[in-house]
Amino acid sequence: MSTQRAAGPVRSSFAPWLDPGAKPLVSFRNVRKAFGAVEAVAGVNLDLYPREFFALLGPSGCGKTTLMRMLAGFEEPTSGDILLDGKSVLGVPAHQRPTNLMFQSYALFPHMNVAENIAYGLKQEGLPKAEISARVEEVLNLVRLQDFGKRRPDQLSGGQRQRVALARAIAKRPRILLLDEPLGALDRKLREETQYELVALQEKLGLAFLMVTHDQDEAMTMAHRIGVMQKARLAQVGTPAEIYEAPETRAVAEFVGDITIFEAIVTKVEGEVVTLLHPTIGTIELDDEGDKPAPGTRVDVGLRPEKITLGFTPPHETVNRVEGIVWDIGYLGDMTMVQVKLADGTIVRVGITNRTRRSERPIGWDDRVWLSWDIEAPILLDGAS
Amino acid sequence: MRTDRRARIAALAPLLWLAAFFVLPFLMVLRMSLSDTAQAVPPYAPHWIGFGQIREFLAGLDVEAFRLLWEDSLYLNAFLTAIRIAGTATLIALLIGFPLAYAITRAPKSWQNLLVLLVILPFWTSFLIRVYAWIAILRPEGVLDRVLITIGLTSEPLRLLNTETAVLIGMVYSYLPFMVLPIYAVLEKMDRSLIEAAADLGAKPLTRFLTITIPLAKPGILAGCFLVFVPGIGEFVIPDLLGGSETLMIGRVLWTEFFSNRDWPLASAVAVSLLAFVILPMMLLRGFAGRKETAR
Repeated sequence: MSTQRAAGPVRSSFAPWLDPGAKPLVSFRNVRKAFGAVEAVAGVNLDLYPREFFALLGPSGCGKTTLMRMLAGFEEPTSGDILLDGKSVLGVPAHQRPTNLMFQSYALFPHMNVAENIAYGLKQEGLPKAEISARVEEVLNLVRLQDFGKRRPDQLSGGQRQRVALARAIAKRPRILLLDEPLGALDRKLREETQYELVALQEKLGLAFLMVTHDQDEAMTMAHRIGVMQKARLAQVGTPAEIYEAPETRAVAEFVGDITIFEAIVTKVEGEVVTLLHPTIGTIELDDEGDKPAPGTRVDVGLRPEKITLGFTPPHETVNRVEGIVWDIGYLGDMTMVQVKLADGTIVRVGITNRTRRSERPIGWDDRVWLSWDIEAPILLDGAS
Repeated sequence: MRTDRRARIAALAPLLWLAAFFVLPFLMVLRMSLSDTAQAVPPYAPHWIGFGQIREFLAGLDVEAFRLLWEDSLYLNAFLTAIRIAGTATLIALLIGFPLAYAITRAPKSWQNLLVLLVILPFWTSFLIRVYAWIAILRPEGVLDRVLITIGLTSEPLRLLNTETAVLIGMVYSYLPFMVLPIYAVLEKMDRSLIEAAADLGAKPLTRFLTITIPLAKPGILAGCFLVFVPGIGEFVIPDLLGGSETLMIGRVLWTEFFSNRDWPLASAVAVSLLAFVILPMMLLRGFAGRKETAR
């Protein structure tokens, strides 16, 4: 049921993961990590490619940070292997790995000024003084902090500290930069700006980034590919559009974006078209490129709010439509989220773009409305058994 | 306005406390140090009679006691001995205390409170009894000798009691908690990710320790050293009970002058000198270092 048509926007033709000849920069091979009886990472296989921006997305406690810390060298896998440039890094201590981590807390050394913080890693390499100061200058320019070298971390704003942490990590020119919730401590406005800055910087440096985040917007806007981690496992790996438009499991669909999920029974499979029966909605038809379930099986089918059309009169089609009453209206500015209650009590979330400042007939509470959607809108999900 | 005044009164409280329990007694000691010994109760002159005789009173004060302190090398030597012993004890306490504090922070979280409790547990027994216990341990044919002879490490009694070594052992033992606790406090609240960041940036374990852990623990190390060194200089009980006649520390001299010789002015002069030449400069230095730390 996976790999639907190339849905959504494509940032560029950059897609080394589709090229069987491409050599991965980092390979996690069946990596497992247990802390006592608790399994933090349960058998993860993942390849990261040079110049790739990869985001590990998941709720807290899903094991994403542990996976990244194993690459940095702060934790050793219980079993499995991690390869960097084709060579295993197991047993190599953190200070000898060509990776650099930008800590969530930034972990700036409070007893050193900005320039000393950045120079710290370079000094460990035994670089000549002149080169160290040149490199410090260079990265300070890169993060637009050229006049802040003499400041101490506690004299900086949150956003500036974040940039110092970034500068310190990239000054070492790592093979891959690891970012642990890099924008977590910033306020919303600053976070959005910084997202684009980070992407621009990543493209400019041509450096591979592995980011850990619990924020799906962050992962979506920044990453080439996203790995959704749930309960110590990689539930799905794909481009942001693949993850959003073609989630493979109910858990992924529910974690990424808004969705309403119905349980239905397959009645007919004809070519690409699968026909389902739902007790309240009636017939649902959907277009699916993946493996088709056999007639008679129970499946989960998901509908994203923005793919549903809301109207006051019944649509002409007799499939893919349902009647309900408006249960709640949430005005978000750019769009309005309407919750519609069906006859069986199911709440369906419908997103309406506020294209005009005043609509002709505003939706009101308790209005009877009709919902309808395209044959391509419903997402067929694994997970119903 | 009201809260402003209340805040000012609240700020006044510690000042009053300082005035009542530090400044006033100190002025009394200072005045005693400027007096002369006399056959009287208390054993010095002149006495304060009233504001009417203030001229005579002031005329009676002199620096005789300080001159004596300066002229007799006994006092200067006792000062230097005290500084040397207290300094050595501080250094040893630091060398034992830092690893101890570090180990406690590295222990599992559930153990830490217990370990800290063990460090302060000796305080629940009288200080004097603990020092007496050391006499039993260190005396010839005492606990230590018997253990060492039994396991064959030595055949002769060590004769540690009444030596400077015994004083050092007693001081390190007694003051160790004062070294451990402030160092533990700074190490415990230190962000562990700083050490990881240093490792991530390529620093080897020893480099991480020297460039990150030690500098960040500096306030605790300084506090611990002061808490051991300052009371150590004036220490009287430990050198008196564990030390020999040759370990003449300034605290013992002070006691002898006061109680055996009944020379209150001289004893007071010793106390004032100790405060003026050793402790005050160190406090000022520390205050200066502290200000620099916060200013940075």
